[in-house]
Amino acid sequence: MSPSLDRISERFIQLLGATAVPTGSALTERAPLPVPSAGPAQAAPGPVQGVDHALKGFDLNVAVSPRQVVLAAEILDQEGFALDAITGVDWLAQGEMEIVYDFFHPAISLHVAVRTRVPRAEPELPTISSVFPGANWHERETHDFFGIRFLGHPNLAPFLLPEDATFHPLRKDYQP
Amino acid sequence: MIAQPEAFPTGESSRAPQETFVLNLGPQHPAAHGVLRVLMTMDGEWITRAEPVIGYIHRMHEKMGENRTWAQFLPNTSRIDYLSAMHYTHAFVGAVERAAKIEVPPRAEYARVITSELNRISSHLVWWGALLLDLGGFTPILYAFEDREKILDLLEGLCGARLTYCYYRFGGLCNDVDDDFLNGTRKFVQEMRPRLGMYRDLVTDNIILRKRLTGIGPISAEMCRKYGATGPVIRGAGVAYDVRTIEPYSVYPQFDFKIPVYPECDSMARYLVRMDEMEQSLRIIEQALDRLPAGAFMGKVPRVLKLPPGDYCYAVEAARGRFMVRIVSDGKDRPYRVKLRTPSFSNLSLYEEASRGMILPDALAMMGSLDLVIPDIDR
Amino acid sequence: MTFLSIEPVRILLYLVGICAFVGANAAYLVLAERKGAGRIQRRPGPNEAGYAGWLQPVADGIKLLSKQVMIPPGTDRLLFCLAPLMVMAPPLICLTVIPFGENLFARNINVGLLLVFSLGSINVMALMLGGWASRNKYAVISAARVVSQNVAYEIPMLLVVITLLMVTGTMNLNEIVQQQGGGFWHWNLFKVWVNPLMPVTFVIFFICMLAETNRAPFDMAEAESELLAGAFTEYGGMGFGVFFMAEYANIVVGCSMATVLFLGGWQSPFVILSGPVFGPLWFLAKMYALILTVIWVRWTFPRTQFYGLLNLSWKILIPISLFTLLLTGAVMKLPLALHHLF
Repeated sequence: MSPSLDRISERFIQLLGATAVPTGSALTERAPLPVPSAGPAQAAPGPVQGVDHALKGFDLNVAVSPRQVVLAAEILDQEGFALDAITGVDWLAQGEMEIVYDFFHPAISLHVAVRTRVPRAEPELPTISSVFPGANWHERETHDFFGIRFLGHPNLAPFLLPEDATFHPLRKDYQP
Repeated sequence: MIAQPEAFPTGESSRAPQETFVLNLGPQHPAAHGVLRVLMTMDGEWITRAEPVIGYIHRMHEKMGENRTWAQFLPNTSRIDYLSAMHYTHAFVGAVERAAKIEVPPRAEYARVITSELNRISSHLVWWGALLLDLGGFTPILYAFEDREKILDLLEGLCGARLTYCYYRFGGLCNDVDDDFLNGTRKFVQEMRPRLGMYRDLVTDNIILRKRLTGIGPISAEMCRKYGATGPVIRGAGVAYDVRTIEPYSVYPQFDFKIPVYPECDSMARYLVRMDEMEQSLRIIEQALDRLPAGAFMGKVPRVLKLPPGDYCYAVEAARGRFMVRIVSDGKDRPYRVKLRTPSFSNLSLYEEASRGMILPDALAMMGSLDLVIPDIDR
Repeated sequence: MTFLSIEPVRILLYLVGICAFVGANAAYLVLAERKGAGRIQRRPGPNEAGYAGWLQPVADGIKLLSKQVMIPPGTDRLLFCLAPLMVMAPPLICLTVIPFGENLFARNINVGLLLVFSLGSINVMALMLGGWASRNKYAVISAARVVSQNVAYEIPMLLVVITLLMVTGTMNLNEIVQQQGGGFWHWNLFKVWVNPLMPVTFVIFFICMLAETNRAPFDMAEAESELLAGAFTEYGGMGFGVFFMAEYANIVVGCSMATVLFLGGWQSPFVILSGPVFGPLWFLAKMYALILTVIWVRWTFPRTQFYGLLNLSWKILIPISLFTLLLTGAVMKLPLALHHLF
């Protein structure tokens, strides 16, 4: 059965409501952040948000905590989505790095963006390459450019940069 | 019928790992389409592991995006995948237009479609010639390049460049399409159809080519989905995914064209998808030429372009698959982040899993059928 | 004439002649190939050096001679230097027994056919040694492929030749040609009353000849786009030049054998226009027609896969050639058997 926007939103709301954030875990404990509003005519900010495709280019915006990315990926895998891209963004002013996972569906017009934030000092989050093997290369590239560590990734060696590179060029405080 | 992997010759090696050797299909090699290095661990002629090593032409376009204004990044977009440069410029221009809510006049949209489809044909001609060259047929590439010269001459007369066009601007086109171009394109479409028929008779129906490609390199639809492979790779696996129909953009909904889909999942299916795509592109060009509206070719664009903060994406169907641009703006006159999701990157990522146990010539034929352009992978 | 009929002088002249013939062919067949390739690919081919490119082989020769002949460190020097010699010698020797005209041959050996085919196998050994001695993984893979391919294709070739031997009854190449006199319907190609599948036999021989000389579409050994230059990867300058010349010399020998065995050698297709002058001209005409076909095939077809090539030999050509052998035997003995029965 083809997924619909409503069903997926439901599943995400369930996911975000049901998983309590435990204390004392090694990963960052942060509640899911709302998406920064991008214009006056936006719906009320919340973790799961339908978006105007003609304006933004994607249909659903989901904000999860770093520990929930694997579950989010599993939901989308079960609904038949494919991994589009993994984008890192360095928000230097806010001391955070944002990772955006884009997913597209091969049969219907649905583009879902799942985003999460990690602190710049300790940028770690679990890998989704067990769910989507294609994430292997995307995560490796994001590590190359930003230094974000994906826990459980089989091989985070430099990919696009030279094998002996120790720098991360897309960080905003990178000096060549 | 979906091709079953067990039917193909694979080498199940029961030998110890010390009996394998590492062959470096190095960055300089006549078969690798560009500077791609594939570390192959081989057991005789069979591949136990093929690991692509990329980065030899990494120019960091994404960093360049952060250091240039929105308009200054336009030439970069042509150079990501120089064989289908129009599509890549289209994606970036479309993302900015989406964010800044710039209106594009219909004449410009139609001209964009015509030039994009011409570029798709010229890119597929290069792929076809290069694939046949890899397989040992030295002649078709010269025939393909003869046709491609006509396309390049048309586009050079239109925008001055033969390969890296940079023809689109925010809001429309750099200059209007002129009668020379329109008449020349019409003539080209009429000349190209019989040539495609000749290619089918001489090459596609050749028994050696059929043996070389049929049943070789199975890539299932599930593998495509897991790795995000798009374009002819996923259409050769039976899935009718084409950004022009699933997530339509520009004026594509107004044209009547088919999406070629072949369910066999092998290299021959991917080959036939691309050959059919060339025919469909000719159809689209003809319809666009017939319906080209008169009017302005450029919309209203502010002098200094500043986009509202937030992130925006735009996806197009490039010659190799789905190309998506994700721009993050913080309100300034230059991007905060430009992410280029290129099709060859995802298409190559499945090579390691798909080529396990294959014999070397078949693995190379499969790589040719993936249609890789290495600058597209490395950016 | 008395001076020329002194045996040592005669042999010397023939040796010089054969070396000159092979050298000139190697040089100008390359040009023919490149021009032929150009015509098939709708471009002119080499036309800069000299008038219409006729000095191109001279330019190529000078280029190859002036390059540094480097022996890579770590290779087996003896085998590395021996391989080009071993690959060039057999075609030269084979040409001594091939009759170019009624009286134009170096030696009239009773087992000329056997000599030619036994020397043809040395080619394999030379390529294998060259690949092995180069200490280069691509060359080793190529050497392994050459061995399997050539061994596989020798078998149908020899079966076909045995079929032909049953028809001709002699291994002497001169006598084989003399049996085909009197017009093209006497050529071995058309002797269907002895072997109904004679044209098929010829086609099999031609295919095996292409495979033995490593010509496309059977050029797995030097599959450029996979193995660079295959067994010749490490050879530079004139070392490579010798391999190249040897390849064309092998093609010349292969096509000459096809002409002698099937197309009547120096016999004219019509009874007129024969004689000591026209004989060699007919021979050369037939030989070059076959060589042009070899060149044409190369630029038209893509390459088969390796196992496709071996499948063709073991599963298709060998059964067919065994069948033609049995059929020829049966047809030849049928009148005798019928005579004994009735």
